[in-house]
Amino acid sequence: MSETTEITLNELRHLVSERAIEGDTVLLNMGPQHPSTHGVLRLLLELDGESVINCIPDVGFLHTGIEKNMEAKTYVKAAVMTDRLDYLNTVGNNLVYCLAIEKLVDLDVPPRAQAIRVILTELQRIASHLVWLGTHALDLAAMSVFLYCFREREKILDIIEMCGGQRMMATYIRPGGLWRDVPVEFEDTVRQFLKIFPARIDEYEALLTKNPIFQDRTKKIGVLSRQDAIRWGITGPTLRASGVAHDLRKAQPYCGYEQYDFDIPTQTAGDTYARYQVRMEELRQSVRIVQQALDKLPLGPVNSNNRKYVPPPRSELGTSMEALIHHFKLWTEGFSAPAAAVYVAVESPRGELGVYLEGNDGPKPHRVYWRTPSFVNLQILPLLSKGHLVADLVALIGTVDIVLGDVDR
Amino acid sequence: MDAHLQAATQAIQERFAGQVSEFRDQISLIVAPQQIVEVCRALKDDFGFDMLSGETAVDYWPAQEPRFHLVYLLYSLQHNLRLTVRVPLNGNSPSLPTLESVYPSANWHEREIWDMFGVRFEGHSDLRRILMPADWEGHPLRKDYPLGYEEVQFSFNYDEIDARKPYAKE
Repeated sequence: MSETTEITLNELRHLVSERAIEGDTVLLNMGPQHPSTHGVLRLLLELDGESVINCIPDVGFLHTGIEKNMEAKTYVKAAVMTDRLDYLNTVGNNLVYCLAIEKLVDLDVPPRAQAIRVILTELQRIASHLVWLGTHALDLAAMSVFLYCFREREKILDIIEMCGGQRMMATYIRPGGLWRDVPVEFEDTVRQFLKIFPARIDEYEALLTKNPIFQDRTKKIGVLSRQDAIRWGITGPTLRASGVAHDLRKAQPYCGYEQYDFDIPTQTAGDTYARYQVRMEELRQSVRIVQQALDKLPLGPVNSNNRKYVPPPRSELGTSMEALIHHFKLWTEGFSAPAAAVYVAVESPRGELGVYLEGNDGPKPHRVYWRTPSFVNLQILPLLSKGHLVADLVALIGTVDIVLGDVDR
Repeated sequence: MDAHLQAATQAIQERFAGQVSEFRDQISLIVAPQQIVEVCRALKDDFGFDMLSGETAVDYWPAQEPRFHLVYLLYSLQHNLRLTVRVPLNGNSPSLPTLESVYPSANWHEREIWDMFGVRFEGHSDLRRILMPADWEGHPLRKDYPLGYEEVQFSFNYDEIDARKPYAKE
């Protein structure tokens, strides 16, 4: 295929300072097996005593070739792999991929499916923020927050299991709508969760917000200026904590987000504490959105009636020849998409999650590119960590909120 | 089309002889490889496209002219607009200038494109593989790179497949 490449130490020389080569500073390997790198992230640290001079992230340990594999599967089959990218935001990954397909083939989605999509992605955002909060607090030595967060997260995973049959990898959202309608007890369960959850947010805040240890570990740590955030293409809570009120749910609404009343929380300090405050407020805003979506949840079908893309309901197969043909065609060959490209992005818990989808007049995508927020946001870790202590690096990895499945794809 | 986007695309068309195409309300501009840095600088400084959302490539093998398209997904925070810039690249080992001087975040995107497609970026500060191991051979997202399953050998095609196996080369 190509000539064998030989890796020499010289190729890595430009990454460390002159002092490292003279032996003045220490090179330390952190990860890939390290509890507070939140997965398999390896950091090459250049240290002067305990302060970080340089931090070189090394990613790719979780690379599974999802983009390549998607090119070999039909559009619907490839949707199953989207859950495996960012495993804390599985519904969001399904959503952006299905939105891209719907844009590419110009497919409509009924209002009930749109509302359920919003409810589930917002619940998933809460679940993802809870994992972030729990592990972030755990890294800063607050054990009980972790246990409380996972208690509530489990309730959300139960709701997702109730709909899609699995806690995490449900692939519940499908092109043109949903896998099937939500069960009868869905509304009550979600309402019950909404009733208890706001008090639980107060509980987490009581443990952390005014906690002097937590404040010492997060205030003025990893300050990211507004200019740097934009230059490095940072999105999501990390951008909003640097004073930019940018949220794709407001800027370029999808799934009917324009109908719901919610705020974009921002902070101007740009440090780890500001990012904590933004995410905590986002938890409350997500509760507001779910509440509104539940209150005006429309009735009706949850799948598009366009039989060229969406398989007919099972009940029609026994009586309609046409339905049988559509069913057979869709589950064997799949549907074709035009030879053109679209880019669709949604606001994931971590930032802009985008899919660039290109068709080739055939039933399989020609190219699927995932613009994942963790990959882009992780690039600023060297910038954030310069001059801080090794112990603070743990807080910084937590505050960027990366998921390695999302970074490595 | 939005008035600001119209002005931006028109200016690029006039200054750099770019081509404009539209699909489902999404605008893309096609420009030549050597112009990409100037085009993006003009879009950033004069028209407020201050963010590089993403950067990727598409392989059209077996076509060779152009074999690749580089795709730059630009976003303007102040105008809330998206614009795609596409750059056609010919041949099997193409290269083009890096965009790091305009958007620093291009650094990792370009490392990923080098890793996955084997497109070289001239003047890049740190062009190493990013996702694959450093000693990996080949560029996995190219269309002529096999997906990687083991082919089943039967008696009638045993030798034919055997000749293609990696150990056969040594």
